Amino acid sequence: MAKGMVIIDEDRCKGCGLCVSVCPVNILRLAEGRFNAKGYPPVEVSDPEKCTGCASCAIICPDVVFTVYRRKRQPQPATAAA
Amino acid sequence: MATIDIPADMELVYQRPESLTPAHTHYCPGCTHGIIHRLIAEVLDELGLRERTIGIAPVGCSVLAYYYFNFDMAEAAHGRAPAMATGMKRTNPDKVVFTYQGDGDLAAIGTAEIVHSANRGELFTTIFVNNAIYGMTGGQMAPTTLPGQVSTSCPSGRDVELAGFPMHMAELLGGLPGTAYVTRQAVFDVRGIRRTKKALTTAFRAQLAGLGFTMVEVLSTCNTNWHMSVLGALEWAKDKMVGYYPLGDTKVSDAVRAMLEEK
Amino acid sequence: MAKELWEGNAAIAEAAIRAGLEAFYGYPITPQTEVLEHLSHRMIELGRVFLQAESEVASINMVYGAACTGVRVMTSSSSPGISLMQEGLSYIACSEVPAVVCNIMRGGPGLGNVQPAQGDYFQAVKSAGHGDYHMIVLAPSNVQEAIDLMVLAFDLADKYRTIAMLVADGAIGQMMEPAEMPPLRPLRKPEERGEWALTGARGREPNTITSLYLGAENLEVVNLRLQEKLRQIEANEVRWKEYDTEDAELLLVAFGTVGRICQTAVREARAKGVKVGLLRPVTLWPFPSARLAELAGQVQGMLVVEMNAGQMLQDVRLAVEGRCPIEFYGRMGGVIPLPDDILPELHKLEAAVGAG
Ligand SMILES: Cc1ncc(C[n+]2csc(CCOP(=O)(O)OP(=O)(O)O)c2C)c(N)n1
Ligand code: SF4
Ligand code: SF4
Repeated sequence: MAKGMVIIDEDRCKGCGLCVSVCPVNILRLAEGRFNAKGYPPVEVSDPEKCTGCASCAIICPDVVFTVYRRKRQPQPATAAA
Repeated sequence: MATIDIPADMELVYQRPESLTPAHTHYCPGCTHGIIHRLIAEVLDELGLRERTIGIAPVGCSVLAYYYFNFDMAEAAHGRAPAMATGMKRTNPDKVVFTYQGDGDLAAIGTAEIVHSANRGELFTTIFVNNAIYGMTGGQMAPTTLPGQVSTSCPSGRDVELAGFPMHMAELLGGLPGTAYVTRQAVFDVRGIRRTKKALTTAFRAQLAGLGFTMVEVLSTCNTNWHMSVLGALEWAKDKMVGYYPLGDTKVSDAVRAMLEEK
Repeated sequence: MAKELWEGNAAIAEAAIRAGLEAFYGYPITPQTEVLEHLSHRMIELGRVFLQAESEVASINMVYGAACTGVRVMTSSSSPGISLMQEGLSYIACSEVPAVVCNIMRGGPGLGNVQPAQGDYFQAVKSAGHGDYHMIVLAPSNVQEAIDLMVLAFDLADKYRTIAMLVADGAIGQMMEPAEMPPLRPLRKPEERGEWALTGARGREPNTITSLYLGAENLEVVNLRLQEKLRQIEANEVRWKEYDTEDAELLLVAFGTVGRICQTAVREARAKGVKVGLLRPVTLWPFPSARLAELAGQVQGMLVVEMNAGQMLQDVRLAVEGRCPIEFYGRMGGVIPLPDDILPELHKLEAAVGAG
């Protein structure tokens, strides 16, 4: 199960590729042969299961395309380091 | 947008800050103005200041910033934002006032206004976007254009014999007694963006505490007028700009230091 | 309140305070400096905002910033300083925020000198800043009138969300006269500021104040609105004074200090049997054109007297549209025309038009 999830507001995307360049698990790519209302190839998630919800994409995106969710932390066993 | 079901065990970690409107920006793809706008909005939200804030847009690519910020905004004449901010903040000390200025705006035509505002210790915050070029007018030499850097008005590269040297504004203003917090940051990667956000938080907190003038210079890109790809511009910026404009604080007054330690 | 002896500049400054001035930003320049000096202690005493700016460019933009938040704010300067403010004035005019500017004119062009002059008529009335706009321009001819017009300036600026400029010269600025100050008005409360003002978007949509309108049609709409406002001001706010015009066959036209001198000239000429009257515009913009046009049908000729090379003269000509001959007598460089200079000019006009 994926640890994170991104929601992409496609029509805001300008296809600049900044998010693609910073995603630590390399699951973002620009669409091929498909364009959004602005005429840019929007960003897509190639492998949603790998998303960690780190929000790096949202942090670098100049156009506020991403909304990011992360799985709530499970209560840890008492022995686990915090 | 299709509605998407969010699993119950997922929590929201990032969404558009309330201090930004839903408007799409007119900035070029990959332009870092968008990142800086977002950071300001996030910080104002986190500090709960949206309804107390008055921002001032410059003349430059960010002239329309008031479409994107979701709080009261005015649009200044080229370079005069610090004088406007002075007029606003002195009459409205309970408000949070900031100017958002490019390098042409702040370090050329508006040099007198920024230097004197800083020196008087005006209690507003300046976000200084240094992209080493005049973006809006199509890529002419800025006061911060690097030696040798090509622009449409120095087509064979900035010749310092002819045009003088680039202005180091963070150092200049950091040296003035009226400033409380002056820093230079860069938004060229996730780490730098996080640091810039931290710096903005410090600046706005120092303003709230009335500690003096605060400025965050943000090294920025203009891939369009640098005639580079988005990622190529980031690489050039990290390589060349950061070398010429060292990152870090040029002023942290004792009072700001105390404020930071208190936390 | 009883009359007291007031120096013009100090009286102007105090009148602004009485009118509810909340903030002053300015830069020293002769012959205006006493306005700034008076405010430098009075404003602080009253807990209001006073700041000496680094330049007139900064002053006017500080005024712009404060005006955006809906406070009563002013700056004052003299001719070269006003030249520096034209950019800011144009922005303020387009943004439609209320602001008051006081201009104690001096001799020009260039650094000129610090003697009284009226060479800023064009700069004030035609608005040397870029684009189509006018400021309301008020021209007192004595200290009492300077006080009254200063108060009016704030009220008109607020009413029309525009710039009101008081233009006087060093002679009025430095003259001592008995005058009566209005009572101190209570300051405007923050909640009384206009709903357009930038006061923080608490529980409402954000306000924006800008002078940028991309797209030709958009900016034309704004210009049409500004023009409509100017027409309203022209309809409601023209002010002037007349002296001995009922049976006048000749008319002197003069404003400010010269208007006052011309009152003496009228008395002296009348004593010699010349049927002369005086029209003294109090608002230079809007200009009392309609009244001048009327008088042009009554008198046989007009003599315009100014401390410049003939600036208001153009507006008199536009108003009169050739209905009667118009002569001009002007002194420049800070030379003040005296009744003894004006009377011979009047006699020349009399002879030329065959009046009397
Ligand atoms: C008085 C005046 N002079 C010149 C201009 C033209 N102008 C508009 S933006 C600009 C330069 C902006 O560059 P910068 O401040 O670096 O901002 P950027 O566009 O790069 O974000 C100039 C010269 C103007 N609008 N007003
Ligand atoms: S950073 Fe933002 S605008 Fe750029 S490609 Fe990614 S989602 Fe699109
Ligand atoms: S021209 Fe440069 S600074 Fe302006 S929006 Fe484009 S990339 Fe950004």
